[in-house]
Amino acid sequence: MSTTLDQVVLLARRSVVRTVRQPANILGPLIFPMMLLAVNSGGLKAETHLPGFPTHSFVAFALAVPFIQGALFATMNSGTDLARDIQTGFLNRLSLTPMRGAALLAGQLGGAITLGVVQACFYLAVGLAVGVRPASGVGGVFVLLLFSALIALAFGAAGSFAALKTGSGEAVQSLFPIFFVFLFISSMNIPRNLIGVTWFRDAATINPVSYLIECVRSLIITGWNGEALALGFGIAGLVAVAALTLAGRALPQRLAR
Amino acid sequence: MRNLTVARAVAWRTLHNVFTNKALVIPQLAFPLFFFAAFAGGLSRIHNVPGFDFPENYTSFQFVFVLLQSAAFGGVFTGFGIARDFEGGFAKRLLLAAPHRTGIVLGYAAAALGRWLVTAAFLTVVGFAVGIKVGGDGVDLPALYLLAAILNTAALFWACGVAMRLRTMQAGPIMQMPVFLVLFFAPVYVPLNLLNGWIHDVAVINPVTRILEAGRSFIAGQPTEVAAAFGAAVALSALFSVWAMRGLRKAEAAG
Repeated sequence: MSTTLDQVVLLARRSVVRTVRQPANILGPLIFPMMLLAVNSGGLKAETHLPGFPTHSFVAFALAVPFIQGALFATMNSGTDLARDIQTGFLNRLSLTPMRGAALLAGQLGGAITLGVVQACFYLAVGLAVGVRPASGVGGVFVLLLFSALIALAFGAAGSFAALKTGSGEAVQSLFPIFFVFLFISSMNIPRNLIGVTWFRDAATINPVSYLIECVRSLIITGWNGEALALGFGIAGLVAVAALTLAGRALPQRLAR
Repeated sequence: MRNLTVARAVAWRTLHNVFTNKALVIPQLAFPLFFFAAFAGGLSRIHNVPGFDFPENYTSFQFVFVLLQSAAFGGVFTGFGIARDFEGGFAKRLLLAAPHRTGIVLGYAAAALGRWLVTAAFLTVVGFAVGIKVGGDGVDLPALYLLAAILNTAALFWACGVAMRLRTMQAGPIMQMPVFLVLFFAPVYVPLNLLNGWIHDVAVINPVTRILEAGRSFIAGQPTEVAAAFGAAVALSALFSVWAMRGLRKAEAAG
């Protein structure tokens, strides 16, 4: 047991160190969501004058989006790194060692979760610096960090599955626009009940990303909203289980001994 | 004359490469469409915000931004192709073979314009299909497309200058990010008078704001800031043409 744990720790550390050594992989997930937040919170501030808008601060409303965007970046980073391991033959060399397949996945995802939580702390710090105070208090901040870890796990596992299935970094990168579409066709910029165009409101309603955003948003602007939390954690948990199952099934094919 | 021959050959090759490769054609058409759907569809209620004085519907308001954005990114995407030509070694052979190298830059500019015209036609058809309303007449609407075409050329010259200095595909974010920022620091979602704080101050000095506001005034049939908008677009284009030509000299010097 301790051997497996050692393997997980070693591989998680490698995953984190590798990401830290590539500044673009660190700066992208930190800076890009913050720029989008700045642009949108400035440009869409007038939206808070709409009747029924849930808060007077658009920054507080929009602060939920970087958490989900950060998780998308985690998907790309973890998937691309694993694909590179496959392409460079690192995974083949690992298969010659007694390392367990589960340890490989856990280590890779441990790195993604660590970075996801670091990103979440950064987004929270920026939010606090510009005057956002989470309505759910200190307890809500901990739940927010827990949720960030869960979505980093879920999306990281999805990226790992894509990498294991295709063995190509480019194929993993090509998933990014798809996730981007999911992000934009959601309630990221406006509450669903205020979306005027019916097809867009319907698309946002069936889009699971809306509920992930609304889970984070509820902790920041509403307080404790059981329904939003249950939906957010439920969907993130389902994605995590599905992606981990698929990645677990794809791994033996890549780690043939 | 020799410049034109070189330009025609470069433009034809670039357009041929783009329109025979699905991986290049589809994003070029899908990205603006996606932004159009996300902004015009998702944010249409913003038209009800007090002080939102655009006379046509919100779809028309966003159509102008997406059209200008597609023009700018048409230039940037062509810049990616220039970087790819350098990485693959084709550009070096082109520099050796071309009797007048200025024609190379002109050819890429013509190709950027050609590929954007296809995107613009596609966007326009979709726009009318989903209900954009045009208050402008037979002069106003062509003026909007002319403004966008000049912006396309300015963006191409910017991206070309970067590509010729760095000569690697890794320069992609350097070409793309400033264009993305300058576009989004303009009044994208609401008119300028509804912006507050720092974003208003940035938007006021952003030349793209003049272009965007004039573009929207054309579609509304109430042209305003026309001279300022064309002045800004032409100035950007002239400035970046110098940047691109100097980039060409640096690429020549690098061998």
